[in-house]
Amino acid sequence: MAFSIKVNGRQRTVEAEADTPLLWVLRDELNMKGAKFGCGATFCGACTVHLDGAPVRSCSIPISGVGARAVTTIEGIGASEVGKRVQEAWMEVDVMQCGYCQAGQIMSATALLTRTPKPTEAQITQAMNGNLCRCATYARIRAAIRKAAGLPAEAAGV
Amino acid sequence: MQALQRSAHRLSRRGFLSASLAVGGGLLLDASFTLPADAQGGQVMPPLQVGAYVKIAPDGAVTITAKNTECGQGIKTMLPMLIAEELDVAWEDVRVVQADLNTDLYFAQRAGGSTATPMNWLPMRQVGAAGRAMLITAAAGTWLVPEAECTTAASQVRHMPTGRVLTYGQLAEKAATVAAPRPETMRLKDPSTFRIIGKPIRNVDSAAVVTGQPIFGIDVEVPGMKYAVFHKCPVFAGACKSANLDEIKRLPGVRDAFILEGGKDFGSLVSGVAIIGDSWWQANRARRFLKVEWDEGATGAMSSEGFARQTTALAAGAPQHSLRKDGDANAALAGAARLVEATYSYPFIAHAPLEPQNTTAAWKDGKVEIWAPTQNPEPGRQRVAQTLGVALGDITVHLMRCGGGFGRRLSNDYMVEAAAVARRAGMPVKLLWTREDDMQHDFYRPGGAHVLKAGLDTSGKLVAWKNHFISYGANGQFAAAADLGVNEFPARLISNFDVGYSLIPFGMPTGPLRAPRSNALAFAFQSFIDEVATTSRQDPLAFQLSILGDPKLYGEVGRGGFDTGRMRGVLTAVAQRAGWGQRRLPARTGMGIAQWFSHQGYFAAVVEVSVDDDGKVTPLKVWAVGDVGSQIINPSGAVHQVQGAVLDGLAQALGQAITFENGRTKQTNFGNFPLMRMADAPPVDVHFLITDNPPTGLGEPALPPIPPALCNAVFAATGKRIRSLPIDPAILKG
Repeated sequence: MAFSIKVNGRQRTVEAEADTPLLWVLRDELNMKGAKFGCGATFCGACTVHLDGAPVRSCSIPISGVGARAVTTIEGIGASEVGKRVQEAWMEVDVMQCGYCQAGQIMSATALLTRTPKPTEAQITQAMNGNLCRCATYARIRAAIRKAAGLPAEAAGV
Repeated sequence: MQALQRSAHRLSRRGFLSASLAVGGGLLLDASFTLPADAQGGQVMPPLQVGAYVKIAPDGAVTITAKNTECGQGIKTMLPMLIAEELDVAWEDVRVVQADLNTDLYFAQRAGGSTATPMNWLPMRQVGAAGRAMLITAAAGTWLVPEAECTTAASQVRHMPTGRVLTYGQLAEKAATVAAPRPETMRLKDPSTFRIIGKPIRNVDSAAVVTGQPIFGIDVEVPGMKYAVFHKCPVFAGACKSANLDEIKRLPGVRDAFILEGGKDFGSLVSGVAIIGDSWWQANRARRFLKVEWDEGATGAMSSEGFARQTTALAAGAPQHSLRKDGDANAALAGAARLVEATYSYPFIAHAPLEPQNTTAAWKDGKVEIWAPTQNPEPGRQRVAQTLGVALGDITVHLMRCGGGFGRRLSNDYMVEAAAVARRAGMPVKLLWTREDDMQHDFYRPGGAHVLKAGLDTSGKLVAWKNHFISYGANGQFAAAADLGVNEFPARLISNFDVGYSLIPFGMPTGPLRAPRSNALAFAFQSFIDEVATTSRQDPLAFQLSILGDPKLYGEVGRGGFDTGRMRGVLTAVAQRAGWGQRRLPARTGMGIAQWFSHQGYFAAVVEVSVDDDGKVTPLKVWAVGDVGSQIINPSGAVHQVQGAVLDGLAQALGQAITFENGRTKQTNFGNFPLMRMADAPPVDVHFLITDNPPTGLGEPALPPIPPALCNAVFAATGKRIRSLPIDPAILKG
């Protein structure tokens, strides 16, 4: 079946079966490899993208369920002012170890800061708790979110 | 791109191209030299070719090749830092590229055993120093001045008496024709003058990662590629007898389906069904309709319950084999003023790197090109060669960034699978496992148990130690990573020492997990030592120090030698930082301390924990102090490795276990094999003691003290001793 979806501001037509998860449409049909496959079951958040600005697990959203909602991926997140700030903070804090989960982390963090520009620690934890980092870079993820939000740096971490 | 065009323009204006112009622009410092043995990090290295590592473009851009495979340990940033420091370039001018597998040029390229730092600390600096010497030679030759009058800084050579300056870019062409200096004339920098080493340097792939560029193994795309899954028997080493291949081949998007016979060697190809699809989703979805008749073999009768029964039976008897005997442990235990006995056990656990196993393979004219996220590329190439009957020289391996390794990717089974599937399919194939494939076909950290006895004299000194280690294997041979070294702590420190072992026959794959052996042994031994201390009313820290005794080196530095003085140093420092014995803690809150020496690194940790009335254990803070020698090369990466290892150790102890039933792994995904999440991650204070010892690696040694420090803290908080992992909250209810 043909589906028309809007990805990072561009209308794209893809040929896929209706139950194909958005993740695999992005990765294998549109050759956008930024969203990652980690568990296929919403446990890890490596595949996080935005639908109309809300973070979702693209491994578990069928292409037929996307509809007219705007898809934003890590490849396009830098186009938003908040997304760009988050990316920069991620680099300044040197968040990554292996880096595999970080696209998903950045997508969740950007959604948080777009909705809640000055989050509390508890709000950060709540927004980020669904994103696993197997290297456990959590202290720096937290520090980068604080930096992007213009909050004072924590003593812990870097 | 702009830089390349600029350099091409300059070259053409000058009207010639050097013979050593590198692909993509820039000049190779094309010379080789042989390192003296004492600079080779305990290995026998081929001559180092400067051009294999360093390329300088006429516009001053410096390209440095990172030789080792990157799996999150930061080596792709750290090794080039060593070269850049001695080359004396500005780090901002450096671009880092990943080497392909090429053992002739790069020797060991693996990520394992925390070995990259000790093996490369001197050789990589020597490469940079050779390049710097060649640039100085080129400048002195241009100015017709003695080399001794020239110095370097930030990608420039300066003639000191006149203040004249030439940039490396200006000198690159000439330097490329200069012979390498003799190693004995090369001088390495005094560490006090380091400009790059010792500074926090950002991961070189940061920009690519935060913008979602395709740099991981799973991201590889090659022309004409199709997607594959490989469905193995859920029972380890089970063989596929038949499958409904015709039905599978008729499913949407399925190109092909076939059985690969395979063998019994878990590290190579085992039996399974390959499905090739136009998309990975289609290939994997077809598995839902797959019906396979398996020959489950003998492993189908094995289960964790059976292993537990065998452990109990073996523990009641004498060890089958002796490992080490010093003095007379039985007599000393019989005559001890106090005897403490306990059995400690720990489960199998999985590695669970976040990027599932994958490899892309493309065959052409009997040769194969492989793109693999592997920690251990050369053995992978050899496995492919042996399994598929290909000459080593006909196998090209590209080292893709790994989405985590933790030891899982030291085994290259998935690489062999991809090569075999692609050859049979007759088309380039990207093989990708699911999370469930990864969880159920791992090379697990082996479980085990230790029946321990300690004897104290009237002064409370530990005078006897007996251990009956129940592990896995056959015919006296331990399963992979299921062994215990004869010198493992506290060997050599206790005069009456007796260690033996018994083995349970086993049919599952095992292998090294971050800090192999140590990650389990430290839990058993450091928890038991804490138990002996608290039973005899001694402060655990003081008791640890009394076992270590006066500072003394057992064995040789760099060859597994154990320096009790360095361990005393980290224990004392971590106790100070944590306020050990100085702070009053609320009810059901406690601190625990532990130490361990592994991979040449000395680490001690204090964990502060609270336990609620339901038995839920919450780590509040961790302090870790390490001694890995005279230099922390990249403080940003170093702190990262320690914090990650600490949280990894907590996650293991708090909730991770792999169990087997009817020869199958029961756990499937992160829902029943939990990783650490942000809400559960306490702050981790990291400190390094700088000592006059060669720098060693950090991927692993911070982990082993963590599970015992956590469990010792739980004891301090509750009075309940954790003798089995993972921690069972039911026994900790208030």
